[in-house]
Amino acid sequence: MSVLKAENIRLVYGAGTSFEKTALDDVSFEIEKGELVGVIGHTGSGKSTLVQLLNGLLKPTEGKIYLNGKDIWKEPKKIREVRFKVGMVFQYPEYQLFEETVYKDIAFGPKNMGLSEEETDKKVRMAAEFVGLKEELLDKLPFDLSGGEKRRAAIAGVIAMDPDVLILDEPTAGLDPLGRDALLSQIKDYHEVRKNTVILVSHSMEDIARLADRILVMNKGHKVMLDTSENVFAQGKKLEEMGLRVPQITKIMMLLREKGLPVNTSVLTVEQGFNEIINMNR
Amino acid sequence: MVRDVTLGQYMPGRSVIHRLDARSKIVLLFAYIVFIFVSVNYMALMLITMASLLVVLTTRIKFRMYLKSMKVILIVVLFTGILNLFYGSGDTLWEWQFIKITEGGINNAVFVTIRIATLVLISSVLTFTTSPTDLTDAIERLLSPLKLLHVKVHEIAMMMTIALRFIPVLLEETDKIMNAQKARGADMESGNIMKRIKALIPVLIPLFVSSFRRANDLAMAMECRCYNGGKGRTRMKILKFSLWDLWGLVFSIIIFAGVILCNVYFPATVR
Repeated sequence: MSVLKAENIRLVYGAGTSFEKTALDDVSFEIEKGELVGVIGHTGSGKSTLVQLLNGLLKPTEGKIYLNGKDIWKEPKKIREVRFKVGMVFQYPEYQLFEETVYKDIAFGPKNMGLSEEETDKKVRMAAEFVGLKEELLDKLPFDLSGGEKRRAAIAGVIAMDPDVLILDEPTAGLDPLGRDALLSQIKDYHEVRKNTVILVSHSMEDIARLADRILVMNKGHKVMLDTSENVFAQGKKLEEMGLRVPQITKIMMLLREKGLPVNTSVLTVEQGFNEIINMNR
Repeated sequence: MVRDVTLGQYMPGRSVIHRLDARSKIVLLFAYIVFIFVSVNYMALMLITMASLLVVLTTRIKFRMYLKSMKVILIVVLFTGILNLFYGSGDTLWEWQFIKITEGGINNAVFVTIRIATLVLISSVLTFTTSPTDLTDAIERLLSPLKLLHVKVHEIAMMMTIALRFIPVLLEETDKIMNAQKARGADMESGNIMKRIKALIPVLIPLFVSSFRRANDLAMAMECRCYNGGKGRTRMKILKFSLWDLWGLVFSIIIFAGVILCNVYFPATVR
């Protein structure tokens, strides 16, 4: 059974005012348990709106969202439980930090869930380890951390709730190349160890290509495709029409192919590309 | 949602009110506010309220927007309204233990509610129809005589524009932070008042932090563009009085005269 299912979702902002805008129109898809799904789309394509619908922060104007087969808005009073199960890390999550210590901030989610001190402690340490926050940082004031550490602490605050589905909206925005690589591999590790579902929204095709099993492509509030990374990036032309592109290495392979070299163009990472070229020379 | 708040936002348009000189709008706004509070009987209050509504309609901005800006102060209005209900003298209409509602009390409540509502309405007209730059420009020009007393008029005007300019930004920010905390299970919709106040801490602290960050960034950006106060600055758009301003003035004076006449010829309902 799919863990998340969206059925003919439509969302209109500011209905009835001069600012009325349809952010999403007739979007349907299913996400399987344990999948890592990438969401790509041009700015304003409805990606962020979509992920906020999935954990019940926004309510669809029309359509239904099912979590583990249950309509999340069936009992609006219990929407908090949905938010615990579908953890959401916003863009620039470091701006949400507020507690006196990093530890307390990470514990905010688990405490809201009503967990005991002991369990909370376990979850906090588990989450801090996943994002690579050192033990001694836990007692510091969050505002004293570096930018990258703050980001990690904020992500840990969501991971600590141990959600079934983890949604990350542009988790690497504004990080330096090293920090971003480290964060991405931590997300991948987390996904592999916990075996839960991860939804990753990103502008970076390279990040998505590296991590995602399947990719959801959004354009102007519509779902364009939801397919494996290979199949999605095989449609370079279509992506470019939407203001997106394929990963640089895929582009290079395509250009090599055009020049007549017998390379496979469904390459998504630099390592794969490297192997492809080495093998070609043999 | 917090984003629905429209208080203090500029809504571009081409109505007569939009085209009035910002200086006349400010002066007239103050005059209207004075006359709203000068009205002491229902006739006068009705006249000034009607005039204000007419001005609101002339702006051609959807009335829904005005209602939204009223929503913010709804609690204040209700609170003062209800509080006033219990003050006042006159015939007692209803009594229960120490609570006493009198005719004067009802009059007071109605007056205070209508006065505040009209006040917000007419003030919204100014902010809705005047761009922040025009607004500061006008404030600066109106206050410029104070320069003789070494009042830093330009700085005051600049601070006001920045404050106005950042209202929507901060609201958006609040919305974002609230969502982020709600995603972590913060419960802001239920519980008693103490619980709700406590629930605001996770929103207020990040909001303060980011306000300071923003202020710092803005100051830096202004300095990078060599901003050093108002001395020698010229304007791209120079404010000019037009015939419309004259008509606005004439209309307002007629209304004000009407209010004074009503006050004189009809008995006062409130002190």
